[in-house]
Amino acid sequence: MRASDLLHPRPEGLYCPPGDFFIDPVRPVDRALITHGHSDHARSGHRSVLATQQTLDIMGLRYGEDFAGATQAARLGETIALNDVSVSFHPAGHVLGSAQISVEHQGTRIVASGDYKRQKDATCAPFEPIRCDVFITEATFGLPVFRHPPDTEEIARLLKSAAQFPERSHLVGAYALGKAQRVMRLLRDAGYDKPLYIHGALARLSEYYQSQGIDLGILEPATVESGKGDFAGAIVVGPPSAFADRWARRFPDPISCFASGWMRIRQRAKQGGVELPLIISDHADWDELTSTIKETGAEEIWVTHGREEALVRWCELEGIAARPLHLVGYEDEGD
Amino acid sequence: MNRFAELLDRLVLTPSRNGKLTLLVDYFRTVEDPDRGLALAAITGDLTIAAVKPAMLRMLVTERMDPVLFGYSYDYVGDLAETVSLVWPQTPGKIPNREPTLGEVVAKLQAASRSDGPKVLAGLLDSAGISARFAIIKLVTGGLRIGVSARLAKQALADFGKVDVAEIEELWHGLSPPYTALFAWLEGKAEKPRSTAMALFRPVMLSNPVGDGDLEKLDPADYAAEWKWDGIRVQAVAEGGVRRLYSRTGDDVSGAFPDLADAMHFSATLDGELLVGDPREATGTFSDLQQRLNRKTVTPKMQQQYPAFMRCYDLLQLGDEDLRALPFRERRDRLEAFMKTLDPGRFDLSPFVAFTDWQALENLRRAPPHPIIEGVMLKRWDSPYVAGRPKGPWFKWKRDPHTVDAVLMYAQRGHGKRSSFYSDYTFGVWSGAEGEEELVPVGKAYFGFTDEELKQIDKYVRDNTVERFGPVRSVRADRDNGLVLEVAFEGLNRSTRHKSGVAMRFPRISRLRWDKPANEADRIETLQALLDR
Repeated sequence: MRASDLLHPRPEGLYCPPGDFFIDPVRPVDRALITHGHSDHARSGHRSVLATQQTLDIMGLRYGEDFAGATQAARLGETIALNDVSVSFHPAGHVLGSAQISVEHQGTRIVASGDYKRQKDATCAPFEPIRCDVFITEATFGLPVFRHPPDTEEIARLLKSAAQFPERSHLVGAYALGKAQRVMRLLRDAGYDKPLYIHGALARLSEYYQSQGIDLGILEPATVESGKGDFAGAIVVGPPSAFADRWARRFPDPISCFASGWMRIRQRAKQGGVELPLIISDHADWDELTSTIKETGAEEIWVTHGREEALVRWCELEGIAARPLHLVGYEDEGD
Repeated sequence: MNRFAELLDRLVLTPSRNGKLTLLVDYFRTVEDPDRGLALAAITGDLTIAAVKPAMLRMLVTERMDPVLFGYSYDYVGDLAETVSLVWPQTPGKIPNREPTLGEVVAKLQAASRSDGPKVLAGLLDSAGISARFAIIKLVTGGLRIGVSARLAKQALADFGKVDVAEIEELWHGLSPPYTALFAWLEGKAEKPRSTAMALFRPVMLSNPVGDGDLEKLDPADYAAEWKWDGIRVQAVAEGGVRRLYSRTGDDVSGAFPDLADAMHFSATLDGELLVGDPREATGTFSDLQQRLNRKTVTPKMQQQYPAFMRCYDLLQLGDEDLRALPFRERRDRLEAFMKTLDPGRFDLSPFVAFTDWQALENLRRAPPHPIIEGVMLKRWDSPYVAGRPKGPWFKWKRDPHTVDAVLMYAQRGHGKRSSFYSDYTFGVWSGAEGEEELVPVGKAYFGFTDEELKQIDKYVRDNTVERFGPVRSVRADRDNGLVLEVAFEGLNRSTRHKSGVAMRFPRISRLRWDKPANEADRIETLQALLDR
């Protein structure tokens, strides 16, 4: 069968006709397979959801326990039959619970990777390359300019700045699911053992990470009651949007930091008023994208959300068939 | 190289002066010679490296990667140096065990001939990581653009060595990269370097503004008064055939004023105001003077149209004699005698303003006889010439600022303490025919208000946002809605860069006019009238 008969885009999302399910649908559907818990991939209101237990837990935390009619937990590596289609989940290394979804039918296997990265991350299981005929890759950082440095170097710069400016607080903008916990864990791994202060939006997810055995150390709410002076020298983690908000006024002369792959581009940091950009990303950079494409051995690459044209061009130069897969509704900016 | 690259990255994103000083001082403290001295030279613009043209850089990179992918990348990033530093392909076998030091990079670049320059550059880029590549490219393409002036770098040296910045300025022009002797002195490991160079800068004496009640305590008879000319402070030093014009911070500006430098046939150090025109006939406006500022070189036509001259008000050195310890009265007598030997087309004497009491001087100050006078200077007759800004001997008593009522148009988020406040304001005045009035931006200000007022404006901005572009919000501003700001400023220049045709000098918010309807704010004609005076 043609690969496009096995999976193709529909307005609701990526659809599998023989299996009658969607992957990461952006609108409510009967049966949804979900790669990970970020809100543009994991929406509420589906009749049934198949995802890893951790992704289901995260959806429950975000949307409430009744986020779907029925749920089924997929164990990593285990094959599940949906009609005649064999489906299996494999770690994607993006955030806790994130998975690639392999879809196989009549000898054709497509792997929808969702979002993924290859850098080591102590807060989630590492990406496993799966041999396949068609590999669907993200392209958030699909340009040769995106080259993420080792995350330990970035954290070292944060700690150096904290030592240089002990009278100021460092506000680290990081997305509430995944990035924030990864930054906190990296700080712990670098030997930082003082309490970390967190914005309320991070509390439940961080608690969940801790319950899953990911040690983030002592986390304290960044509330005003603790007094303004207390935040001198502190490292505060919160969602990036909070730092432009009045919420940030409680901190003494803060240095704004932002943990994101976008921080590779100086102008991005400048425009956002970021003083200390931390290039820490949960998405694959250019080198990871291209090496992963080769590792999967796929004869055909479908490229989605991000800078498709450069990755398609690279595939052409490498003699790999590739085309952009126009899926709507995903934020290509999120990281 | 990495520490230098990291310093550049931090400096460019650190808006506060104190933050920049901390970063620089830390760098000087932790980095060894000659790297720290070379970094200093790169920042102050004293490092000479043969330049590589952007076209060459582009050629080097597209020889190494697909031009289409490079094109996509450059389109996205927008900055050539940054794009090349990011996309430069690294061949795994070629990466050395360690990255080159700044000293090694500079040595290789300086030794390269014009023809093998590109090859040397490519070799360096092969051996470096992303940040270091960016720094290397910035070094060879000229201009770091990191928002650090030579003056700030000297202040950092002073902080580092816990000395007065005047000492650094006085030494500076006798030193050269990598400044090993200077660092040794600042670290207390060696004597202060002594310079044998000619025509060095003497740190200038500065004045304090006249504050409320200051004058009541002073006896008019103790002070001389001169007009305060609205030019730029300049020090002319000629010694042993070397002629230099220095700005008040000790930057050598001789290159921009060859006409004046050529007329320095003397052996002395003069302090005065740089102006344009012919002192015997007419003194040009600040707008005229601006034609001559911030230029490395200047065309003959420019020199003819806006000839530079110096209005002298002090004599610091004559031949071998240092006059700085003498009282002002004596220095002035020596100056007056000395002036007679100078070219009257290029040098004249700053005249005294005769007065008997403060009220008489106040009247003169309010109605100066020339538009380029911005107030009066008061100098104690018995004051020696001291570097810095001692309180008491010299005062500046400026003309009251101009004010205009303008409407808030855009607000931008600040940095540091102000990062959650909209604290930088672009304001405009009305232009266009009746019934078709439009606001045209005339300036930007980010101080002059209290913390409490900042909170109020911030709330106003958030409540009246029309559009957002990154950190900037456009604010509702039309005939019926808008916040009127009273803006004070020192003067206006003609500007071809601004749509309004005017640029304000030193604008600040002087009052918030919550009471004033937007349609009663000033019109552009009010400002244009100021220009034509």
